[in-house]
Amino acid sequence: MLVLEQLAVAYGPHTVVKDISLSLSKGQIGCLVGPSGCGKTTLLRAIAGFEPVAQGQISLSQGVVSAPGLLCPPEQRRLGMVFQDFALFPHLTVAQNIGFGLRHLSRNASQQRIRELLQLVGLPDLARRYIHQLSGGQQQRIALARAIAPKPEVLLLDEPFSSLDAELRESLARDIRQILKHEQMTAIMVTHDQFEAFTMADLIGVMEHGRMQQWATPYELYHKPVNRFVADFIGRGVLLAGQMLDAQQVKTSFGVFRQSYQPGLQQGDQVDVLIRPDDIVHDDDSGVTAKVLEKSFRGSHILYSLELKSGDQVYCLALSHHNHAVGEMIGIRLDLDHMVVYPRLAVASQEPA
Amino acid sequence: MLAKVSLRFDPWRWLVLLPAIVLAIPVLVILLSLLQPQWDVWSHLRQTVLWLYISNSLLLAFGVGVGALFLGTGSAWLVSQYEFPGRRLLEWMLLLPLAIPAYIIAYTYTGLLDFAGPVQTHLRDLFGWRYGDYWFPEIRSLGGAILMLSLVLYPYVYMLARNGFREQAASLQEASRTLGLTTRQHFWQVALPLARPAILTGTALAMMEAFADYGTVQYFGVDTFTTGIFRTWFGLNNSLAAAQLAAMLTSFVLFLLVLEQWSRRKIRYYHQGQKDSRTPRKLLTGGRGWVVLLLCLLPLLFGFVVPATQLTLWALATWQQTMDERFLQLVWNSFSLAALAALLAVLLAVIFAYARRLRRDWLVLVPVRLAALGYAIPGTVIAIGVMLPLAFLDRHIDLLAEQWFGIRTGLLFSGTLFALLLAYSVRFLAVSLHSVEAGLQRIRPNMDQAARSLGCSPRQVLWRVHVPLLRGSVLTALLLVFVDVLKELPATLILRPFNFNTLAVRTFELASDERLADASLSALAIVLVGLLPVIILARSMERVQ
Repeated sequence: MLVLEQLAVAYGPHTVVKDISLSLSKGQIGCLVGPSGCGKTTLLRAIAGFEPVAQGQISLSQGVVSAPGLLCPPEQRRLGMVFQDFALFPHLTVAQNIGFGLRHLSRNASQQRIRELLQLVGLPDLARRYIHQLSGGQQQRIALARAIAPKPEVLLLDEPFSSLDAELRESLARDIRQILKHEQMTAIMVTHDQFEAFTMADLIGVMEHGRMQQWATPYELYHKPVNRFVADFIGRGVLLAGQMLDAQQVKTSFGVFRQSYQPGLQQGDQVDVLIRPDDIVHDDDSGVTAKVLEKSFRGSHILYSLELKSGDQVYCLALSHHNHAVGEMIGIRLDLDHMVVYPRLAVASQEPA
Repeated sequence: MLAKVSLRFDPWRWLVLLPAIVLAIPVLVILLSLLQPQWDVWSHLRQTVLWLYISNSLLLAFGVGVGALFLGTGSAWLVSQYEFPGRRLLEWMLLLPLAIPAYIIAYTYTGLLDFAGPVQTHLRDLFGWRYGDYWFPEIRSLGGAILMLSLVLYPYVYMLARNGFREQAASLQEASRTLGLTTRQHFWQVALPLARPAILTGTALAMMEAFADYGTVQYFGVDTFTTGIFRTWFGLNNSLAAAQLAAMLTSFVLFLLVLEQWSRRKIRYYHQGQKDSRTPRKLLTGGRGWVVLLLCLLPLLFGFVVPATQLTLWALATWQQTMDERFLQLVWNSFSLAALAALLAVLLAVIFAYARRLRRDWLVLVPVRLAALGYAIPGTVIAIGVMLPLAFLDRHIDLLAEQWFGIRTGLLFSGTLFALLLAYSVRFLAVSLHSVEAGLQRIRPNMDQAARSLGCSPRQVLWRVHVPLLRGSVLTALLLVFVDVLKELPATLILRPFNFNTLAVRTFELASDERLADASLSALAIVLVGLLPVIILARSMERVQ
């Protein structure tokens, strides 16, 4: 269990993390994403106990571990951490690395636990190797095994895949999620890669300028982003101009639609409607047509970049056999399950700069 | 991976093999001397001084190892982990004792601490003691030699240990702490074991220098292998027995060499891809900061400030008598000899380094590695290994020339600078090779290919890419060898031509004649030049902040 309440972290006079509240219950995996410099790593280090907090508090099941004036040292928090550079000890073997945090166990129990973990991460034969004899992906697994060996209450992962090849990342992220679920480990990971977050996390927090913009499930983040920043940061999409006919009806280049996402809108309000590539369906019978500006082949799908008559640009994810040339006019229609609408001026000025 | 050796003629092989064979001859001669055992001399030695040589040499090397380890690791830990007043300055100044050759610090402290020296004189004046009233430690002893050598050799350990500590990523300490270790436990279980290969390498280097030392032990009257070799050669007049003693000394050194090489390999593994961020230094304020500063000042004070000040005072008092034409002649001799030796060593290093780059097979690798082993071999040993074959050669050339042409050629090789230059090349090739190879490594093969694809011919690649990139490391190599030759004592003492003196030899002769103050000017000149490579080292150290 991990609970943060109105947490703020500052370096000197400079506050890098502001007013963060979130909680993870046992076995949940959380992810912090955001552009570099958004404070996500600082937040992780504060949870680990390497940074003091300026306001608010951090609680684990043992009680409050961080608050202004209170900093329980990292070695007493019963947390595990996987570092960006893995930070494996090069003078120890794989088995000794995994056993490093097991000093309180008897020799037999610790050997047993090391074997168990090597099995779990799928590297049962590497116990006697030294770290420099392992590949990057193997080092990553050993770093994970070392961190979870003492059965920490919460596991912290600091951009754990950033030094690995792209292909390796996704398979490893899936494996690690399985391992964490198997061990019923509460975990929180920092990454700048949203697809890693989608693969790993039960809950994702999007941060910008030290603030939590949204803390929600991957589905909600993608389909119900609370503001333009989250809409823009997560997934691909465009904001299409529209006008309110009344509190519910929006008029766009695709016609008139009903929205219940944003209350308090009035007739005549200028709004932006979030359109994801999968919201636009290729339909030869549709009356609305658009010109193909670019296309990128994705195997099962083709991602088209289209220009509407109004001059607006949208994306369209079409099945792969709907193959059209650049410059061609194709028929499309908007297939919205739900509308995401932001008032144009009012919200823009509220957003953090 | 080594490539397969092709058998057709290849000029690069000969460019490596011929000089490498010549450079290997001295050590081979020493080893081959064992085939002609000099039983009578050996039984005499065994009954008299042999055990003294062995025990003194081992005690000296061991004592210096412990001393350097203690001073070097201690100061390295303090400057790498703590922030205190003067830390930045101290960090490089702790290297300064490297500039003082051991025989110079030895005679300076003798002048300071002997009966007529300022320390004892002041003590007598202060307490009203007289001769025989009090006990004062004798500096001219085995213990004194250990102390002197430790004071100037600890920087080897300091430098490597400091980098060893600094290069440990901050995340290692954080990993320790999340796994439940306190800072103190982290030091013993992670930081120290990780720095151990670096510390061992430095200690092995310091111990090799201790084995090789001739000036200090000769001056202090401590019988070791190096003084024994001199005595057997010039006193007992048995060059073969001297060579056999040298072989025995070499075997001790080779053991250290293996230790050093083995440790170096570990350093490479221990510092792989973990250089993201360094542990921030812990700020020490108030009294604790000053205590740490004082601790770090001690080795610097006794290893450099005190002897350098004493030398300067002596030089100021005597320079009007000693700064004469003879002194200028000494400076000219030393500088031209050192420059010549540096050019030769660097030329060989460049050839060897390129051959290694172009031909990656054992036929090049093995000779280059063997030729570079000379840095571990004491100067005395190399001198004997050079002298024996050259004297043999000279005798036969002289004989043949007289028979055929009726002229006497005399000591064509062994009595000229040739012998010295050969000995220096053997001893210091590793220094220049290390520097040049490091420079060449920065020029990755891709850069050659990039230049070729941009339209450069191989010759243009050399001029436009390699020369500008290598210039710095070649200059460094020149300087390092230059200074090492300038400081070198035992080989120069044995091999110099008649009536050819250098600063080092003159300093040692004057000091041996108890004309300490008169020796100070040449000693100071050596120390001042010796500061140059220390500055280079200090700058390279700054890169590992």
